[in-house]
Parts: sequence; structure tokens; C-alpha cells
Amino acid sequence: MGKLKEIRWHGRGGQGAKTAALLFADAALSEGKYIQAFPEYGPERTGAPVQSFNRVSDEPITIHCHAKNPNVVVVLDPTLIGSVDVTAGLAPDGVIIVNTNQPASTIREKLKLNGRKLYTLDASAIAKETIGRDIPNTPMLGALVKVTGLLSYETITEDTRRKLEVKFRNKPEVIEGNLKAIERAYNEVKEGQ
Amino acid sequence: MAKVLQEATKMTQVQKMVKKALTGNEAAAYAMRQINPDVVAAYPITPATEIVQIYSSYVADGLVNTEFVAVESEHSAMSATVGACAAGGRAMTATSSQGLALMWEMLYIAAGLRLPIVMPVTNRALSAPINIHGDHSDTMGARDAGWIHIFSENSQEVYDNIIQAIRIAEHKDVLLPVMVTMDGFIISHAMEVVEVAPDELVSKFVGIYKPDRYLLDIDNPMTMGGLDFTDYYFEHRRSLAEPMFHAKEHILAVASEFEREFGRKYGLFEEYRMDNAEYAIVVLGSTAGTAKVAVDELREQGVKAGMIKVRIFRPFPYDEIAHAVSECRAAAVLDRSDGLAGRGGPVFGEVRSAICDMEKKPVTMNYVYGLGGRDINVEMIKSVYKDLQRAVATGERALVNYLGVRD
Repeated sequence: MGKLKEIRWHGRGGQGAKTAALLFADAALSEGKYIQAFPEYGPERTGAPVQSFNRVSDEPITIHCHAKNPNVVVVLDPTLIGSVDVTAGLAPDGVIIVNTNQPASTIREKLKLNGRKLYTLDASAIAKETIGRDIPNTPMLGALVKVTGLLSYETITEDTRRKLEVKFRNKPEVIEGNLKAIERAYNEVKEGQ
Repeated sequence: MAKVLQEATKMTQVQKMVKKALTGNEAAAYAMRQINPDVVAAYPITPATEIVQIYSSYVADGLVNTEFVAVESEHSAMSATVGACAAGGRAMTATSSQGLALMWEMLYIAAGLRLPIVMPVTNRALSAPINIHGDHSDTMGARDAGWIHIFSENSQEVYDNIIQAIRIAEHKDVLLPVMVTMDGFIISHAMEVVEVAPDELVSKFVGIYKPDRYLLDIDNPMTMGGLDFTDYYFEHRRSLAEPMFHAKEHILAVASEFEREFGRKYGLFEEYRMDNAEYAIVVLGSTAGTAKVAVDELREQGVKAGMIKVRIFRPFPYDEIAHAVSECRAAAVLDRSDGLAGRGGPVFGEVRSAICDMEKKPVTMNYVYGLGGRDINVEMIKSVYKDLQRAVATGERALVNYLGVRD
């Protein structure tokens, strides 16, 4: 990897965009990488559009400004498309991963992606089937790992398990559900034409 | 042989460091847990709340044996910390912005009583208008309160500076309160890699606080904060300036011991690519990290750019910084707070004062930036270097500039 990569997460308050960035960063650290994870703070309300960010690199990271030109954009909520400019600043060789149940061609048209790569999956359906609620952050984490190869599948699942075991000690079904969600998303995410 | 052994010991200690993903606030709370002060008195305020919130959970979980005092305001937080420290305890608190402003009169009392209180401050803009984001207006307002003032670039420095601050504050020839700052949200809420030391190492490094004089020493009764009119007030205030002047050498001594034990080097300021630098910027806090990227990019293009990151703002290293910029053709000072009616921001005033008596000195310019958390990026910093080059080439410059503000 070497060079610094920036990831921007788009979600709505309550969907876990911030948690996803923190889980990703923590997992990357366990592979010995340098990381940053930070949310964009504004008025925090459930359902309002929110963003969070990751930086990841093999070298120490000193930069502390906003991440305006992400290499990867992850969209947790398809209803953001049209109201939030999710492709803003995305590099010409950038990648966007969208949670949607619509055909990739529809998303591509809406986003005016030109040459940039689009990957889609129905993370909400996966979340409902595995976790029991539409919290699409962990499946999108699985998709991100698959698409970018920034981390190994084993790292993200093991590290997420460790994190969740602390928080959900008495709810093993939550841990298993999230891990299953990562696995399914990892396998189901597809490049969309 | 002894040297080999020493090296080996150093290696084991450095190897015991663990890398963790921590925010600035988490790093501050982590350091405080390892310091395990006798008393923490606190009142929550965004964006510093997490520090004492996490600390209160350490107290609840029995990880520290601190007396945690949940007070009703920041004025009370500093009052209780002053009381606890005067009584003979190691006492800490943490705050931000309006909270620091409400502590105002107690800040001066903490210093005037020579109480070695250490306080992490998460820098945040002051109202009005209300803003929760990072700028340096809050602690700059306290610059003449008699506190040693240490700025941190990132979460690692927050952790390292708080540990060192205890030793600096409590040194018998210093005995001054210390504030350790970090940029609100930019550092306080950003998760980064922080190398933390084992508890025993920190605990050994900070040692046990044994004050020479304290109120609860009933065998040696004493008065603190007595009345002092035209007869002695002046002498006492003069004697407060003395330890501040001399604090530099102790700050450096603590830094070198810290480097031996923890493996990370600190000074009064950091020079980044200042060798043969023609154009320099002087900056505090997290922006220094972003500036390093700008300097690297400019150096690649052949521009002799360098950067100075001020770590110790009080006592300000006048002579050292003057020396560091003496060979530059131009230097810009970046201030994340405004002097309003002053000529530029507070850091600009210090740097100008530092170089004023030099025979050969760089052209200087001031940039007030980032108020209320306004972003400052690599391109903006590069534009400052461009201005410096133009100022040298054409003689044209504006002394005080606003960077990143809309007209």
C-alpha cells in the first residue's frame, strides 16, 4: 500500500458511520498500519446526514486537515444520493461502494460517475437478515475490505469480534450476526457496470 | 559493560510500549489513569468532557484510587483542585473554552500559590457566536496567568506531554501549574496510533508527590494566599516570574529523562527541515502536522521550506526561536486566535519580540487562521510559503493576514 489512502463514509445519524470508521481503523492498526478515524461533527440528530473519515498508511500520518479527496467513498444509505454530494472530491481513479437494492446502472446514472468504479450490494437486506435490524455499517465494512484489499478478511473479522465481545458480552447473537453480515457482504459485493 | 546493560534495559522498556488506537481525549484520560492523582475535580464541557468522563469510569471501576469530585462549575473545579493541591495532594482537572474562561480568577490563584496542578485543555473557540470547534483563543487568554503552557500536535504528544507535565510542575524549582493543550475535535476526537507505556513505567517516572509545604502538615502550620498590600505584593509577583524564566531548563531535563525511558524526543519546539531553510512558518498544535506535508511537497519542488512547531508557549523560548529563524529570508507566524485590536495574533507578537534585536532578521508576516475550527489544508499552507517568497522577491507584503476567511 505505502501511500496514504483516504476513505469517506456517508450515512445517517444512527447507522454507525462513525463506528465503522473506528472499527476499520482499529483493525488496520492490528495489521501494523498507521491510521486515523474521525467523524465530522455538527448538530447530531438521528437520521441527519453524517460523514466520517479514515486515513490509512504504512507510514506515520501527520496530516490533520479534512479529507477532501478520498480514494474510497462508502455510502451506507442509498437515500442520501440526490441530497448529499457523495462523489464530491472523489479522485478520477476513486472507488465508490453503495448500499442499494437497485441495479448498479441506475446508481451509476444518478451519480454521474464517468470512469470511476462503482460497487454495490444490498447491505440493508444483509443487515436485516443477519443482525435483525437495518444497521448497514458492518456489512459495508466487509464490502470495503473486499473491494480495496486494504486489510485482510481475517483481520477485519477477528478484530471486529474482539471489539464486539467487549460491548456485547451478554449478547452473543449480536456478535455472530455482525460477523455473518461482514462475511456475506464480503462475498456479495459486486462491481457494477 | 555498564553501557551495554543500559542500552539493553532501554530496549526492553521501549519494547514494552504498546500501540493503541486512541483519540486525544482518550490519550489524556489514559495518561491520567497511569498518573493516578489523589484528586480530580471536574465539570464537563465539549470537547473536553470525555477526558473526565472516562476518568470517572476508571474511578468507578476501581482502577485508580483518586478522590473524584463532581463539582457544579469550572470555577468550582479549579477551586477544588487548588484546595486539594494546597492541602498536599496531587490534583488534576480538565476543561475547554468557556469552562477555562469561568476558571479565570482561580487560574491566577493556582499560579500565585505555586501549586503544581496539571490540566489538559482541549482547545476550543470562545463565544460569541457559540462554536464548539478547535481554536486557541481559550488558552491564549490565559497566557499571562502564570501557567506553563504546552501545545501538542497529536494524541501521542498529548499523552507524552501530560506525563512530562507532572514532573515539570512538581519540580522544586518550578512549582507552577501546567496546562497541556490539544486542538478540539481535530485531535480530541480523532483516533490515531498512540504508543502507551506500561503503567509501572509511568508511575515510576512521575514518582510520588511529596510537597515541602502543604496546609495539612499540622506540625508546621502555615498560611497560603494571605493579604499582601503595597508592602510585599510586588515582590511576590516578581518571584512568580522567576521560576517561569528558569522552567525551560527543567522542561528540557524532564524531556531528556523522558526520552531515555520512553524513547521519544522532545524540546522547547520542534524544527522540521529547518536545515538551510529560507522560508519558515512558526505554528502550534495539529496544524504543524499538516504543515510537515506542505514542507515535504515544497522541498520536492526545490523550495527551501522549513517549519517550527512551538511546544512550550509559556515560558516562550525567545532566544532559541530567534536563533532557529535567524538564517531564514522570511518567516510566517500562524495564529489560531486573533489579537483583535493587537498587531496580529499572540504568537506573532512573541516571535517578533524574539527577533527584534537581531541584526539580520527574516521578513515576517502573520496569518490568523482556523478560528472556530475552520479547516486549514496543505494548499493553504503552501500559499503562505508562496506569499513569503513573493515578499522577499518584491518587497510586497501585508503584515497581518487572514487565511481561509471569506470576504
